[in-house]
Amino acid sequence: MAATQEGGISSGTVSQEALAMARKQRTLRYQIGRNRESYLMMAPYFVLFFFFTVLPVLMSIVLSFTNFNMLEAPDFVGWRNYIKLFLEDDIFVIALKNTLLFAVITGPVSYMLCLLFAWIINEFKGFLRAFLTLIFYAPSICGNAYLVWNLILTGDRYGYLNGFLLKLGVINEAILWMQTEKYVLPVLIVVQLWLSLGTGFLSFIAGLQTVDKSMYEAAALDGVKNRWQELWYVTLPAMKPQLMFGAVMQITQSFAVADISINLAGNPSVNYAGATVVTHLLDYGSTRFEMGYASAIATILFLLMVGTNKLVQKILGRVGE
Amino acid sequence: MAKTMTAKTRMRFFKRREKQLNRSVAGNTLLFALMAVCGVFMVLPLVMIVNNAMKPLDELYQFPPKIFVRNPTLENFSDLFTLMNDSWVPFSRYILNTIIITGGGMLGHVIVASMAAYPLAKNKFPGKQLLFSMVVLSMMFSWTVTQIPQYLIISYLHINNTYAALILPAWSFGMGLYLMKQFMEQLPDSLMESARLDGANEWKIFWSIVMPNVKSAWLTLAIFQFQQMWGNTGSLFLRDEQLKPLQYALQQITAGGVARAGAAAAVTFIIAAVPITFFLICQSNVLETMTTSGMKE
Repeated sequence: MAATQEGGISSGTVSQEALAMARKQRTLRYQIGRNRESYLMMAPYFVLFFFFTVLPVLMSIVLSFTNFNMLEAPDFVGWRNYIKLFLEDDIFVIALKNTLLFAVITGPVSYMLCLLFAWIINEFKGFLRAFLTLIFYAPSICGNAYLVWNLILTGDRYGYLNGFLLKLGVINEAILWMQTEKYVLPVLIVVQLWLSLGTGFLSFIAGLQTVDKSMYEAAALDGVKNRWQELWYVTLPAMKPQLMFGAVMQITQSFAVADISINLAGNPSVNYAGATVVTHLLDYGSTRFEMGYASAIATILFLLMVGTNKLVQKILGRVGE
Repeated sequence: MAKTMTAKTRMRFFKRREKQLNRSVAGNTLLFALMAVCGVFMVLPLVMIVNNAMKPLDELYQFPPKIFVRNPTLENFSDLFTLMNDSWVPFSRYILNTIIITGGGMLGHVIVASMAAYPLAKNKFPGKQLLFSMVVLSMMFSWTVTQIPQYLIISYLHINNTYAALILPAWSFGMGLYLMKQFMEQLPDSLMESARLDGANEWKIFWSIVMPNVKSAWLTLAIFQFQQMWGNTGSLFLRDEQLKPLQYALQQITAGGVARAGAAAAVTFIIAAVPITFFLICQSNVLETMTTSGMKE
């Protein structure tokens, strides 16, 4: 093969057709061969990536059309799981509603908070700056230390929040925060916001540092009068890539809420007030072993997360154009 | 004298730029106040964790509840220590398991993800765009989506109930590769070109030129991965008590009810303190890495 190729090019007597074919091979196969080392270097990661990310997503989609209990072979049931989810499963509808409410509130709010706090922290320097970064970022890395909220929200007089409100005279008797339907979701949202200043927040803090200082000077000459205008006209457009990355982080996080609901409100929570798509998924996947049904839930969650992310990327992409 | 002092302290807290350009005193005060209020809300639960860990039992169940400890004691930690010594599996075993799982997950991920990130950042080859966009896509959904098939795959590979069940999936997390690739793109091409002229192959360039230059990126990756692995109780994949990590053992202790409330407070403190310490040590590296985290469309 190589001989014909070389011969074709050097002699110049071969027909145009053969020459074109040789060129094509040169671009595809030659390129792959030439980059063999690159492919070898990527192989370990992408083999694992295939087994633990790509294949699971595909399997999830396939299994969602089956009835599968881990013991017998899965049998194909068509759209039945999806029909059951939306038409018969009342709890799923509640869970979906809660998740959407959660995402619509915590997603944008946490995104704004990340940006706001990062921006303010950027106005400070030295020790204070490092200290503020730490206390705002710390909750998101503490693992399940958010369980301390259980003490704050204890339903009797010994709870910190109840004790505080009783002392102020705002309430007369202790409130069972996590056993009262109307408080569950708002409280979970507050705790989630407390936990949400994570990777996106760090990305913003770092992004703000990279904005070229001379741009601020130029903007001041162009008539930018205060820091708010500076933020809008100079800073935000300059850190658009970080804004996109932060959006992905916050959106994915806000759809995946489950652990805090299970640990603070219980699973099942009172009247399913704290049920989310993921708690429902865990219920069917790891308690009832209805894997086909759980896969249908997982597939819907996947589409929700990726769809929202793609949409928001598109919207953010237009900012400043 | 006093006047120059305040001016000096303010200089230390605020950037110099803002005193020259577009910064009003009213704005500074407003932002300072806002940060103070929000800062208290953020830090209060953390303060509670620290204080509860040092409270004697009667103060933990005091009415009305007080946030700050009156008679600090280390009793809770010694209680925790006693409970550890009583556990069925020697406690050192749990610590060893955590070191293996966290260390293995961290080290492997840093190496494997960096190896994949270098060609993606610096070389041109067919399929490059496709592979990278798959990784970006994987950051758009959480691992909960894939956990059921992942469980089936791990059972099928017969690595269930081994360390590998926790370690191997951790090697292929998307964000590590993403951050590494973004950071490596900043390296000047001339660095690699001159090494190639000297006859170095890709592996050599990767190991002795690229990696030393992206030290802060892989330190960051190590921290992120540590946080991921640290919270893992492994309850889904590990059945043998001898294989379970520290996090699991600590949670068992906190499940002991009122009598163990003191030890539980100590546990919460340890769980929170370890990752925070880790982050504090490497803070500047993390921020340097995150400057390149941005996403293009």
